Amino acid sequence: MVGDKGIKKILIICLFLLPSLIGLIVFKGIPIIWSLILSFTKWDLIGSPRWIGLGNYKNIILDKDFWGALAHTLYFILGYLPLVIIFALLTALLLNRKIKGITAFRAIYFVPVISSWVAVSMIWRWLYNSQYGLINYLLSLIGITGPAWLQDPHYAMPAIIMTSVWKDTGFLMIMFLAGLQNISEDYYEAAEIDGASGIKKFFSITLPLLGPTTFFVLIISIINSFQVFDQIWVMTQTEPTAAYTQVLVTQIYNYGFKYYKMGYASALSWVLFLLIFVFTLIQNKLQKRWVNYE
Amino acid sequence: MNKSKKKITADILSYFILISGSLMMIVPFLWMISTSLKTADATFVLPPKFIPDHITLNNYKNVINSFPILRFLFNSIFVSVTITLGQLLICSMAAYVFARIDFKGRNALFLIYLGTLMIPSQATLTPQYILMNHFGWVNTYKALILPGMFSAFGTFLMRQYFLTIPKSLEEAAFIDGASHLKVFFRIIMPLSKPGLATLTITSFMESWNSFLWPLIITSDDKHITLPLALTRMQGRWHTDYNSLMAGTLITVIPILIVYLLAQKQFIKGITMTGIKG
Repeated sequence: MVGDKGIKKILIICLFLLPSLIGLIVFKGIPIIWSLILSFTKWDLIGSPRWIGLGNYKNIILDKDFWGALAHTLYFILGYLPLVIIFALLTALLLNRKIKGITAFRAIYFVPVISSWVAVSMIWRWLYNSQYGLINYLLSLIGITGPAWLQDPHYAMPAIIMTSVWKDTGFLMIMFLAGLQNISEDYYEAAEIDGASGIKKFFSITLPLLGPTTFFVLIISIINSFQVFDQIWVMTQTEPTAAYTQVLVTQIYNYGFKYYKMGYASALSWVLFLLIFVFTLIQNKLQKRWVNYE
Repeated sequence: MNKSKKKITADILSYFILISGSLMMIVPFLWMISTSLKTADATFVLPPKFIPDHITLNNYKNVINSFPILRFLFNSIFVSVTITLGQLLICSMAAYVFARIDFKGRNALFLIYLGTLMIPSQATLTPQYILMNHFGWVNTYKALILPGMFSAFGTFLMRQYFLTIPKSLEEAAFIDGASHLKVFFRIIMPLSKPGLATLTITSFMESWNSFLWPLIITSDDKHITLPLALTRMQGRWHTDYNSLMAGTLITVIPILIVYLLAQKQFIKGITMTGIKG
């Protein structure tokens, strides 16, 4: 009887777990190990891979283009992150004031979030058009001659950053809003009795208690920013500014699927992983200094 | 008196900022619609007009005549729906084991599941491509769908949800002689609708908007999905913004409709998971 039950249990585990397990091993596990091994080889898809030890990693460190792509990625992160967090937090704070129409505002801010990056990039390419684009027209109304944005090496990355901030504000706003709604009214009531001003309340109640949310938002945003690809690809890949907006993932794509340097591309992707890992680790260490969990 | 005056000023200021922000969010989309309904002549004039004097549907005709847009639409729907349904079933089943059936090494296995989440998807692009190439799956639905159907994240999400369901319900069923299969499909799954809704939305949005993997693995008209199709249009009509905006609108409409129908679930799902596809 017990044996019968045991067999049934094994059967049910196999039936339920194996599809997921086999799928993940084939499409995730094996590729992860494979790409790690590939990163120590030289292979252009023809013939068999040749072991070159740390050769790819050495070449990456010596590669000017890699440092360029890393610099562009960091440029993107440093421009995008503060802006998107400020806009998202501001919007969330305003929506949290229990004003009417919160659902409508939330829904509108969310439309860019659900749209695909390719569609959004297409729309903004047109908005950024130097001669007939809406943005330069609006600038001309206040007497500014707008740049050629995506065709101008100085403005291509800022343009991509602005579009990214525009698209992701609603996304981060919604998470801040959830965090704000978790803060108990009692704190504010107590502060009000003590006669605290709005600004004082923000800095001594809202911001500290929002710490865990801010931390979560920061981690997710940094991880996503390191992996930035779609908008860069669609907005500048066919432009003369492509070289000025090359980031880590566009570089991985180019080496892997344009030049078919599989080993080098794999090594690059592990460098990307390492960067994300280290940044997340640092964040995690630093959080103890500024995040208070209730 | 003073206080309510202050509140009114603050309210007005809030509305002003929120409405300006909303306009910034929505105007690019309106501009897309406007451009898609204009003739080329009316597009390249200054000052630009939001509502064209002469509305034309030629740009849409142009898109439909130049590209098998219905096929692209079908590809996107077929791929996203299959991935989503697959994830719902496969992740939930695995999650049920992780949440309810104990066996040796279960926790270690679950940790490995979580561990794979740390590896960015880009790290597996090259071998995944080689694998698909080896199977002869380049330019097939299989290559678009299968790698997306198995999600460690989805398993994690569903396991967390199952853990919140009290065990007493199933225990009664087990005493009545129900099998795990029955408990899973009749009790656990129906009780997990909110969790399943969250997984549906994140999984659907992620596959619907996915770009990098389709770019690598597909190139023929029979299999490409909408985001890729859009870059195809861009290649052909580099400066024909009227047709481009018509094409873009066609690709945005379906997800927009789904969003409007299930707005609350979208927002909740994304807040819960921090995933935006």
